[in-house]
Amino acid sequence: MKTIFDLWHIAKKDLIEFTRDKLRLVTFFIMPIFMMVMVGFIFPSQNSIKNLPIGLANQDGQSISQQFVDAITNLKLTNNTDAFKVKTYSDTNAIKEGIKKQEISGGLFIPVDFSKKLMAGEQAEVTIVQDQSNPQISQMVNQVLSKVVEGFSQQMAQQKVSKMLGTSATGAGTNQAVSPLVTAVIIPVKYNIEGILAGNPNYFEFIAPGIMAMIVMTAVLMGLAASVAREKEQGTLDGLLISPISRLSIILGKALSQAIRGLVQGMMVLLLAFFLFGVTLHGSILLVILFLLLGIFSFVGLGILVSAVATEQETAAQILGILQFPMLFLSGVFFPILMMPPVMQKIAYAIPLTYAISALRKIMVLGAGLGSVHLELLVLLIFGVVTLGISVPVFKRVITK
Amino acid sequence: MINQSSQNFNKDKTESIVLVRGLIKKFGHFAAVDNISFDLRKGEIFGFLGPNGAGKSTTIRMLTTLLRPTAGYATLAGFDVVKQQDEVRKHIGLVAEKIILYNNLTATENLQFFGQLYHLPKDEIKKRSQRWLEKLHMTEWLSSRVITLSTGMKQRINIVRALLTKPDVLFLDEPTLGLDPQTTHLIRSFIRELNDQGVTVLLTTHDMLEAEELSDRVAIIDHGKIAALDTVENLKKIVKDNPHPNLEEVFLSITGKEIRDVTHSRVSSGRGLGPHGMIGQTKRIR
Repeated sequence: MKTIFDLWHIAKKDLIEFTRDKLRLVTFFIMPIFMMVMVGFIFPSQNSIKNLPIGLANQDGQSISQQFVDAITNLKLTNNTDAFKVKTYSDTNAIKEGIKKQEISGGLFIPVDFSKKLMAGEQAEVTIVQDQSNPQISQMVNQVLSKVVEGFSQQMAQQKVSKMLGTSATGAGTNQAVSPLVTAVIIPVKYNIEGILAGNPNYFEFIAPGIMAMIVMTAVLMGLAASVAREKEQGTLDGLLISPISRLSIILGKALSQAIRGLVQGMMVLLLAFFLFGVTLHGSILLVILFLLLGIFSFVGLGILVSAVATEQETAAQILGILQFPMLFLSGVFFPILMMPPVMQKIAYAIPLTYAISALRKIMVLGAGLGSVHLELLVLLIFGVVTLGISVPVFKRVITK
Repeated sequence: MINQSSQNFNKDKTESIVLVRGLIKKFGHFAAVDNISFDLRKGEIFGFLGPNGAGKSTTIRMLTTLLRPTAGYATLAGFDVVKQQDEVRKHIGLVAEKIILYNNLTATENLQFFGQLYHLPKDEIKKRSQRWLEKLHMTEWLSSRVITLSTGMKQRINIVRALLTKPDVLFLDEPTLGLDPQTTHLIRSFIRELNDQGVTVLLTTHDMLEAEELSDRVAIIDHGKIAALDTVENLKKIVKDNPHPNLEEVFLSITGKEIRDVTHSRVSSGRGLGPHGMIGQTKRIR
């Protein structure tokens, strides 16, 4: 009971001290906003692919190929903006030159015999030219263009099959009133995509839980080590150490004040994600808070270790910089762990942040309940207990040398 | 051991409040405090003098439970500084080299915070500090943040903080360093007054006048060893070529001698000083 009182006493002091420091307060609020805006806007979303410049070289010039060109030119995105900004070129080489000059991000070449072959019932060909200097964009362009080609092929096929079967033929380019029989011939198997929730996943929903966990945990880690180092530098730590309160209260009190700050930042990230980036929280907010706290708990031991060792704030920042970097990339904040090489995957599963992020993602994106995240809960608890069990005695030992 | 030595002092009718026996602190191979033994008698002001790096602060840190001795032992008010740390902590006050106050808290908030670390009720903290704050002319500045105060003001609040526990032993590590003559004078008379009320004081200072004015007894420590320990009067007898030496001359004659001895005995440790060592030392002290 005394320990809890002492612990709270230290935490309260740290918080009051913190709120008095205007610069620290400002950076505290700006950091998550800054981070969210950065991450939220630099990563591609559905809205970011619009008016992509592509080249078109149509050597055919017949009405069928013109329909095809129109289909590409008029391709609309869900928000009714054009997907492509089309530039006309003479041939494949001209398109390639255009890509080299960075005028366009890809192109499509329609050869002279395109319509002729189609009419003759042969297989016609088009060529998609890709920009290899930009894999992400070219992948996207390829995908969209091949979809258009595919769609166009299907229309052609419908017309032909309709004719063969003698069902009512419709004009080229329209796809109304195609009998189910025809569709069944052209596409014998149709697939449906069903998610756990309605709607399409967006990349920001994938990274928002990760960003939140990362901001909170690194802030706590950094804050704790810096706060102890600052008191060492200023000499005030001696004032705490010569009092009869336990070392445990001192370090846990400091950790508590950091946890409270971390939680406030976490909630800020969450609100920004809701209102600025349209992320919906599908699970329980209480579970989110629980896992943020568990994440903090799993990191406190490490923070205590660093603060025991580091005598200056700068040293603490350096040690943490080294730890933070691999954590950022390996814990699955930005890239799914399953996409990593096997060795890296093993390392990823040794980092507590990985489990916090995994659980938060399940809760926030998939609406998972406690039953689906009990493994993460257990791992985080064990991480916390083990690291605290090691670090508290080390802190006690080191702090009085 | 403890009983034996306290009995010895009881015979002299002087009660010891701090016992230091064979205390050693090594940092790696370097012995910062090298087997020192002394007593603090209840109610005295004990001047703890020595050149920079002699081991004064290290000794204070061990006696105030902030550092663990490598060997030897020390007791304070009968409590072992290693085994009964919490008991020791309740009986001491510390004014260290660095001021122990939070810059972003006000003077009152600082005093309340540190007082509550000892589980003192708020009213009691206020009551206790009020008296000392008045004596140190600091009552007007209580709601100012410490960062806005001058060094002298900070040090006065810092002293009040150290007194909140009503300590039996007050450790003052260079309490008047860098202060103006007025504040220095005020603090010195305050120390004297505290001592009159029964507080035992261990005082380190580089100001020989201060040491001479305040100390009942003086220990001179050099290279981690006690070079001399006696009343100022007796120590003055060491200087042979001057019938009325001041404490500074005593200090120089003792620490100077010690350095020459050290060059012979400590060559292997790599810390031995050459013949110019003494000159360097002298300059630093002045």
